[in-house]
Amino acid sequence: MKLRGQIAISLICVILGLMISLQFRSVQNGGGAVTVQRVEELTAQLKQLESENINLKSQVTQLQNKLDVYETSSSQTNTIVSSLKEQLEEVNILAGLTDVQGPGIIVTLNDSKQEIQPGEDPSLFLIHDDDLLKVLNELRAAGAEAISLNEQRIVATTEIRCVGPTVNVNSVRFAPPYVFKAIGDPNTLEAALMLKGGVADTLRYWGIEISIKKADKIVLPGYSGTLNFKYATPVKEGAK
Amino acid sequence: MLFPILGIIAGILLGLFLPVNISAAYAPYLSIAILASLDSVLGGARANMEKNFDINIFMSGFISNSMVAAGLAYIGDLLGVPIYLAAIFVFGSRIFNNIAIIRRYFISSFQRNKRQP
Repeated sequence: MKLRGQIAISLICVILGLMISLQFRSVQNGGGAVTVQRVEELTAQLKQLESENINLKSQVTQLQNKLDVYETSSSQTNTIVSSLKEQLEEVNILAGLTDVQGPGIIVTLNDSKQEIQPGEDPSLFLIHDDDLLKVLNELRAAGAEAISLNEQRIVATTEIRCVGPTVNVNSVRFAPPYVFKAIGDPNTLEAALMLKGGVADTLRYWGIEISIKKADKIVLPGYSGTLNFKYATPVKEGAK
Repeated sequence: MLFPILGIIAGILLGLFLPVNISAAYAPYLSIAILASLDSVLGGARANMEKNFDINIFMSGFISNSMVAAGLAYIGDLLGVPIYLAAIFVFGSRIFNNIAIIRRYFISSFQRNKRQP
């Protein structure tokens, strides 16, 4: 009788020890809260990757320069190539890969400086990705031929997306102010934004500062990243 | 007295080397399970000292306490309310209670021993 009791208590003790050590192990494995040390580690990694990124970007521009040299040298010797090169230039403008210039407008957006009344949502007075997308959409609808946001050319793969308090454009982070440059008919572009009840009106309601300037000559940079098509391949004519 | 200590050591070693991982989501359940077994062990020790230990009461108490506590935690999870705190509170106060009684028992037996010779 006494022995059976001892064995029962010992059994529960085994279970107790088992659970204690399991819990201890899961806490040691980082199952607990994120520690400050881990955050610092990740920040350091991020910084390192960003500097690597910058190095790689300079490599890209170097290689592009080389490519330009080859292109010009070959076009001098061959007239067919020169016609092809013209075509290439057109396509490059369409794709946003080369610097372009022309008349257009410069739109500057900045966060609201209005005092926020108690009870009001402060995020309404900040610029979000959807505000920028609305402006971009309006510019495109008004016939803008080339658009950049904070010197980042808007191309087919460009994203405009909130990342915490900043906005990512072509994977580069930006904080306000946001500057759109658009090449096209300056009057049409301005009118499109200034429509009554349009984008500018809506943003000004929240006190977001938006200024539109017409310019005779704007220079837009080409897209500096690389375009890699991993999944998309062209469909051959008649091979559907 | 010796077997339970050996049991705890065996359990800890078993837990350290078993290839099982418990996700952090089950931490409330595990905390209740640890408290329930601790409560049972101390309750058993106390009953042993008072010479009214009954293995049936001991085992049924452990099992039913664990199940009710786990059920409370589960319902709390469903409702988004930390009901399992009730179980933690009860187990915690009972553990202290049992330790107090065990301590008194030890002290009184120690004093009796001193008086006898």
